Amino acid sequence: MSTATLQRRPLVKQILAGADDNLLVVAGLGSSNWDITAAGDRPLNMPLWGAMGGTVPMGLGLAIAQPSKRVLVITGDADLMMVVSCLATVAAQQPDNLAICVLDNEKFGETGNQASHTSPRNNGPTDSGAGTDLAMIAKGCGIADTGTVRDQADVAALVKDLRTRKGPVFRLVKVMVEKLEFVMPPQDGAHLKDRFRAALLGSP
Amino acid sequence: MNDWRDDIFQVLQDHDIKQVYHVPDAGHSRLIEACQTSNSIRTIALTTEEEGIPLAAGAWLGGQRSVLLMQSSGVGNTINLMGLTKTLRFPFLTLITMRGEPGEFNSWQYPMGQGTPKVLEAMGVLVMSADKAEDVKTTVDHAARSAFNGGQAVAVLLRQKLVGIKTFGKK
Repeated sequence: MSTATLQRRPLVKQILAGADDNLLVVAGLGSSNWDITAAGDRPLNMPLWGAMGGTVPMGLGLAIAQPSKRVLVITGDADLMMVVSCLATVAAQQPDNLAICVLDNEKFGETGNQASHTSPRNNGPTDSGAGTDLAMIAKGCGIADTGTVRDQADVAALVKDLRTRKGPVFRLVKVMVEKLEFVMPPQDGAHLKDRFRAALLGSP
Repeated sequence: MNDWRDDIFQVLQDHDIKQVYHVPDAGHSRLIEACQTSNSIRTIALTTEEEGIPLAAGAWLGGQRSVLLMQSSGVGNTINLMGLTKTLRFPFLTLITMRGEPGEFNSWQYPMGQGTPKVLEAMGVLVMSADKAEDVKTTVDHAARSAFNGGQAVAVLLRQKLVGIKTFGKK
């Protein structure tokens, strides 16, 4: 069993509190999508329903295109693991407006909470992972500002870092395994894209 | 006549392309170097071609046009994420140097090279093609118009006949 104590929903709500037009959010498929939507659906959220592995690159393309806005990527451990080398691409570009927050519950939540690679090794026959440390990977890829958050006491600093610290910022947050209500944003990708562009650029 | 790679660079500038994604590629190297030294274009080196699709989507969300440069062998790496072009319906342009076409000496290049047009079409990408240097400029220009004016996902296959047959040892 994971020893995590942080709950993702109130955490994401706190991260996004007071979000204004300067904050552009991209969230990965599954739980992260439902989390940002539970915090309050808004046009400047881009919640993904698929495209696994593409969340961080999408945030990077957006961050380069909009250097004066803050871009925040919120996603899960398995989404990032699928194209984990994208962290090296981020490091090569050094976008100072990009923050990446990985909510790591050590599970493949959408498919029945099987152990993901970030679960500990030797955790029993059906619940063992590799003990993969994504913050260490991010550091190894060349992102200097990385960190891992496990305790409520560190959440205020986490929020401040994700919202304001010079990027690229990478934070791994260990969160509980929970069964949560699905809070879904619109599903039509073209609509999500058009409303985002209309809010950001004035026309879709 | 200009080198066709310089023609492509000109077309990318004419269409206000701001982000260029690439992996190292012999066929595209001259174009990549031109982009790297350009003041108006940001080049982004990828670790895998599939990063290029969500990057292009992100750039478009932020109001910028982009292009993905890759080789036919990289096309297979992009396919699930290529679905984004359909779900988000955003303009997408990719220029693909072909391998595994008639004359290719490396048998490992044939499966993806021969599969490239079929898998792109299967994903709803409009596939265009150039095999003569004098056609490249017009073809890439039309592709960019289809993408950025017509809202399509478009690939231009730069045929091996155009790019040249890699021989190893003999240049």
